[in-house]
Amino acid sequence: MRTLGWLYMAAIFVFIFLPVVVLVLFSFQDSRLPVPPFDGPTLKWYAQVLADRGMMEALRNSLVVAVVSSAVALLLGFFAAQGLARVRLPGSALMRGLLIAPMTVSYLIIALGLLTVFNNLGFRPSLWATGIGHVVISLPLCFAILFAAMGDHQKNAERAARDLGASDLQVLFLVTAPMLKPALLAAFFLSVTFSWDEFIIAFLLTRFDVTLPVEIWSMLRSGLSPATNAIGSLVFLVSIVILILLELTVFRKSKT
Amino acid sequence: MTMEQQERRRSFSFAVPALIWTCAFFVVPFLVMLVLSLAHLEGRQIVQDYDLGNYVKIFTEPSLFKGIMVSLEITITVTILSVLLAWPLAWIIATQVPERYQRLAIMLAVLPFWTSYVVRSYAWALVLGQNGVLMQGLIAIGILDEPVQIMATRAATVIGFVHFFVMLLTLTIYSNLIQLSPNYARAAADLGASGWNTFRLVILPLTLPGIMTGAFLTFVLCIGDYITPQILGGNNELSMPQLIMLQLGRRGDFPMASALSVVLMVIVTLAYAASARWLKMERV
Repeated sequence: MRTLGWLYMAAIFVFIFLPVVVLVLFSFQDSRLPVPPFDGPTLKWYAQVLADRGMMEALRNSLVVAVVSSAVALLLGFFAAQGLARVRLPGSALMRGLLIAPMTVSYLIIALGLLTVFNNLGFRPSLWATGIGHVVISLPLCFAILFAAMGDHQKNAERAARDLGASDLQVLFLVTAPMLKPALLAAFFLSVTFSWDEFIIAFLLTRFDVTLPVEIWSMLRSGLSPATNAIGSLVFLVSIVILILLELTVFRKSKT
Repeated sequence: MTMEQQERRRSFSFAVPALIWTCAFFVVPFLVMLVLSLAHLEGRQIVQDYDLGNYVKIFTEPSLFKGIMVSLEITITVTILSVLLAWPLAWIIATQVPERYQRLAIMLAVLPFWTSYVVRSYAWALVLGQNGVLMQGLIAIGILDEPVQIMATRAATVIGFVHFFVMLLTLTIYSNLIQLSPNYARAAADLGASGWNTFRLVILPLTLPGIMTGAFLTFVLCIGDYITPQILGGNNELSMPQLIMLQLGRRGDFPMASALSVVLMVIVTLAYAASARWLKMERV
């Protein structure tokens, strides 16, 4: 039984890692097709994608959209969580539901709705439009995480600060925010990864200033190439580095 | 105005910006789509004669109706397969792996999550292609004589999806399992339950919330996804998201795309209603 368990785990791990291993291995392929037999290693495909100006532009666009949209979503979500967690308002369950709702709707539908409205208003597809869409998908996430993290413990500290004469904004940024730091960081980085990897909203709402997933998508149309493996492996590497940094800083501290 | 009313008004004002954002960029666009789905396209002009024509067409025209069936079949297959594969993995990690290595094991199990979604589908295209690693490997060890066509079939779409959702479900089921005290299983054994009965009558019901939450998430994300069926499944049979994109691309038929989206949302809502009693959504 025990051996069977380990065998099962090994089999599933092979399944889980197979595409990643193939992706990374054939990014070092020497010939032009990333299929067996492997004839590398070479770094020329990495050199090619790093020298590709369109790719680097897309990378920069993705970073900007991810950071800016996550910051906006975090701010909106933080204020909303603060407002709805502290006092019972009539209809507050409804408002919570409204703020969470975009989480249950397919990104394609969110993108299509925004595209329709922007078309009618004569607002051209752009990086800005994509950013707006990414705030829509990140806001529920930030709100839910921060709302869940707010407890009575903070409420008392806030009341004390207010009694001592702090203004609303002072309470919010000098008392509440520092107490919620792990939740704020978690919400922010989760939003960044969602936006960074998001394809369909960016695909429908940008035209020339595309993001990285859209740029990779257009590479796919010209068929299989080790260059696609190379950029895919680089994106994976960056994610892993961020993940390890998070694990070592934010989550280690928040556990104690 | 009393102190309490003031406090309430101030609290509400904090929530206003987020509410406005959600209304302006989520609720309003959805309502616009809902209205647009009742119009229809003539030539390249959108005619605002409001009727249910698009919906009638979706359910009567075979090419469109087939999309709903294809999507449902793929999504249900993927959800069931993913649960069946993920549950034992989560259970093995939670009970067989020594505690100090569990965190590492679960992190490894979801590591490929961190590759980009588009790239992950592309990687499966590499693995499953005629000249890909899988076929060449199976031929090399003598199981196959010549490559079998998997790419551009439903099997490829299902494999790509199951890969993604096994990782997701392992995470949700594992976090459910480790909250269970081992005493439940011990008590069942003390009272004379066999291993199978302990599993069937004690452990499985206790992990049902984790399974259902993960399964619902799988259903929603799977049925709305365009990338995986487009890259791996090809154009032989189209899922609903592919049909929606086709309406947009070929002739800019926004009314039909909107109607298909509304149908998609209704299906997700029905799935939610069916599984709501097991979901732990009330926490948010």
